[in-house]
Amino acid sequence: MSGLALNNVQKHFGSVRAVEDVSLSVPNGTFVCMLGPSGCGKTTLLRMIAGLEEPTGGTILLDGRDITTVPTHRRELGMVFQSLALFPHLDVAGNIAYAMRIRGASQAEKKKRVGELLEMVHMAGYGDRSVAQLSGGQRQRVAIARALAVQPKLFLLDEPLSALDAKLREAMQVELRQLQQKLGITTIVVTHDQREAMTMADQVVVMSGGRIRQAASPVEIYRHPADAFVADFIGSTNLVPLSVENGVATAFGKPIPGLAVTIREGQQLSVRPEDIILTPAGEGTLSGRVAFVRDLGATIETFIDIEGHRLVAASTPRDRPTVNVGDETGLSFHIGNAVVVSA
Amino acid sequence: MKRTPPKSARDVAPIVYPAIMLVVFFVIPFGTMVTVSFFKRNQGAFYTPDFVLDNYARFLTTFFGGVLAFSLFLAIMVAIVCVAVGFPFTFFLVRLKRRAQIAWLLSLLSVLSLSEVIIGFAWSTLLSRTAGITNLFVALGLMDRPEAWLPGFGAVLTGMVYQALPYTILVLYPSLARLDWSLLEAARTMGASPLRAFFNVVVPVSRNTIVATLIMVFVFALGSYLLPQILGRPRQWTLSVLITDQAIYQSNMPFAAAMAVFLVLIALALVGLTTLIGRREAEA
Amino acid sequence: MSGRLLRFVWMLAVGIFLAAPLTVVAGVSVNEQQTLAFPPQGLSMAWYAAIFTDDEWRAALFASLILATLAAALAVSIALPLAWFLWRRQAKWARIFQLLGVAPFILPPVITALGFLSFWATLGVYGARWTAVISHGIFFTTLPLVTLSLGFSSIDRSLPEAAATMGASEGAVFRTVILPLIRPYIVSGYAFAFVLSLNEYIVAYMTVGFTMETLPIKIFNALRYGYTPTMASVSVLFVVIAAVVFGLVARFGDLPKLLGALTRE
Repeated sequence: MSGLALNNVQKHFGSVRAVEDVSLSVPNGTFVCMLGPSGCGKTTLLRMIAGLEEPTGGTILLDGRDITTVPTHRRELGMVFQSLALFPHLDVAGNIAYAMRIRGASQAEKKKRVGELLEMVHMAGYGDRSVAQLSGGQRQRVAIARALAVQPKLFLLDEPLSALDAKLREAMQVELRQLQQKLGITTIVVTHDQREAMTMADQVVVMSGGRIRQAASPVEIYRHPADAFVADFIGSTNLVPLSVENGVATAFGKPIPGLAVTIREGQQLSVRPEDIILTPAGEGTLSGRVAFVRDLGATIETFIDIEGHRLVAASTPRDRPTVNVGDETGLSFHIGNAVVVSA
Repeated sequence: MKRTPPKSARDVAPIVYPAIMLVVFFVIPFGTMVTVSFFKRNQGAFYTPDFVLDNYARFLTTFFGGVLAFSLFLAIMVAIVCVAVGFPFTFFLVRLKRRAQIAWLLSLLSVLSLSEVIIGFAWSTLLSRTAGITNLFVALGLMDRPEAWLPGFGAVLTGMVYQALPYTILVLYPSLARLDWSLLEAARTMGASPLRAFFNVVVPVSRNTIVATLIMVFVFALGSYLLPQILGRPRQWTLSVLITDQAIYQSNMPFAAAMAVFLVLIALALVGLTTLIGRREAEA
Repeated sequence: MSGRLLRFVWMLAVGIFLAAPLTVVAGVSVNEQQTLAFPPQGLSMAWYAAIFTDDEWRAALFASLILATLAAALAVSIALPLAWFLWRRQAKWARIFQLLGVAPFILPPVITALGFLSFWATLGVYGARWTAVISHGIFFTTLPLVTLSLGFSSIDRSLPEAAATMGASEGAVFRTVILPLIRPYIVSGYAFAFVLSLNEYIVAYMTVGFTMETLPIKIFNALRYGYTPTMASVSVLFVVIAAVVFGLVARFGDLPKLLGALTRE
């Protein structure tokens, strides 16, 4: 069996359960993003894959080989740290060639490979610069080149783009994805930015509280979130509380057409703002009062209060009927665009 | 690289050599000294192993008690003056341009190389009647006649402050260099003058450092041996002078050791007390 | 701006205060007669030559230099593994050794000197020259320990981790990453211990004062029994040595950082 496999991996720090019973399968060549809020355990999990932390339970297999207790320096990985961890006492070439130096490569071999890698990250000629002279984006590239120098089996990145400014970040996301596809290397990125995950990943693993909530493709996660947390974490969504009255599924006392009655206590309906249609008052499935309107140019967000809950509808200027703050309005949506989720 | 507990003999190996060296060559000598302090002094010769408290009793007489009190007082004064002068100095130092800072730091490090003897000698010249700074003041019209400003308490204090000041500055340097300047700037935007900002922000924030430095200078000054002799009269001689005198010239090791032990205990007690008070205040 | 004026005045005052004794010493060192006169009456560089031509002074100079060289090396040899261990491993019991490493220096020197005296006397080797090396080495362990602890704490822990991910074993990590980064602190720790050992009086006096004259011992004796400007010229020489040594450290390294400031960004 090929690829990376995590089986019931857990990590406890005393009474703190940082990672709890995580099982995951990553086929070779895929790009996985581990996504979640800070403290959800994603970095701890990555560090266990790297061997920088030892799991308190479970096993990690790479291409069928159990690497759970194999020390870091024998795991054939490449890793980019959040702080980039470039060696200040070596120049760019020295940094990139480090892994080769450890393996006893010759000067000629190192020079050649460093040249190739610098080309690959669009930094040809920067070999003799000192790390301190580089900009944030340039350091980023050197860190990537360094990690990939000896063609590792796994490419791990811990919040690699968090130090970059917004525009550079977006550009790097695309570059990173393109690089990965070109090299076909199994890549795992830890991030808290869901847009980043959606842009780059083949598979998104959403985590919270040390557990995996859902592991699926970006589209799947967006359209069919497994629970309320995932629905709310990815993109934005409206979580409408549901109940059953007289054998009919209702929200805010109004029946929801097309919704199967098999709802349990505490479940909610997740509807994305872009799937909510504003109707004249009294005509929609639900009705409420407009509390706030946010015009962002390409989209207009309408904030509607219903019985103390706030829902958001997002429309393009063309499709939006004229409703202003204080008006009563109706809301509708196609039931196919809504997902029932548990907390 | 995470700090993990050592798991194998190999992991513990690095600390073995330092541990052995420190135990054999510091703990044991120190222990030997404490043991000797309980020995009985033999007239004319060295001492016989015994366990008597004579030495400690003798120490608690008014004479030696007085010397102890003076030593503590002197050390406290030196600490206060050094920090009072050195703290603002270091504050100014860290705000200089890099080049100027390095120049000052090099000067301070070079002054460190002056031995206590030379410092004593230089100040004894500077404070003398014939060749000292009073001659300068006479020339400037500030004084009528040149006079000798030593031996005396002031001279000893000056010499000891001179000796401790570079250390004080170098000890204060790291924390002032890492000070969060935005705190000062925030105070300024809220209307505090530079002086006010200094006293309301910088000093309180550096409180722990100041206390630690005071303690350090205090202990450092407590050990001063040469300067009190060179710049002061016998009544300004500190405990360290007496200890050496007893150990070498009076051949009374047990008594010297007893005084030394006592000095350590007092110093530790004062340090502990200060730390405790500091912690109490911090919690309040 | 009164702030700037205050700064200027304060620093100038301290500067004059610090420089005054140096001026005296320098002035005395060039005095023509063999008296300690200040201001100097007649100028002569003879006393600088005397350091090397006078047998006793030369012997004392070499004794001090050798003692300092060896003692500082010993101090660093103890401090480095200790500081490394404290940084690398989590072990509460190790704190006691940290305390022991710092203790000799923060206790009044006479205590440490006395301790060594009774120790060497009990062992029956009192006065042997090598006892001074060990005494000074232990006494000055604190300085390299402090600079090395500072140095280790400034190492970004993700650096050795990154090295490990690239295939470096513990030994290789120490050799290729830790050591290069800690080297400046080793040097500055050694420099501190060296300079202070050169000028240390009481421990040297109490342990080998009767068998060997180091420069501080000789200077003190000179002060008491026979004035000679050579003691002043020696002191000036030492200040110059210290300035050169630390100047080199500053030239090749980041002096503010070595003394505890953060790296300029």
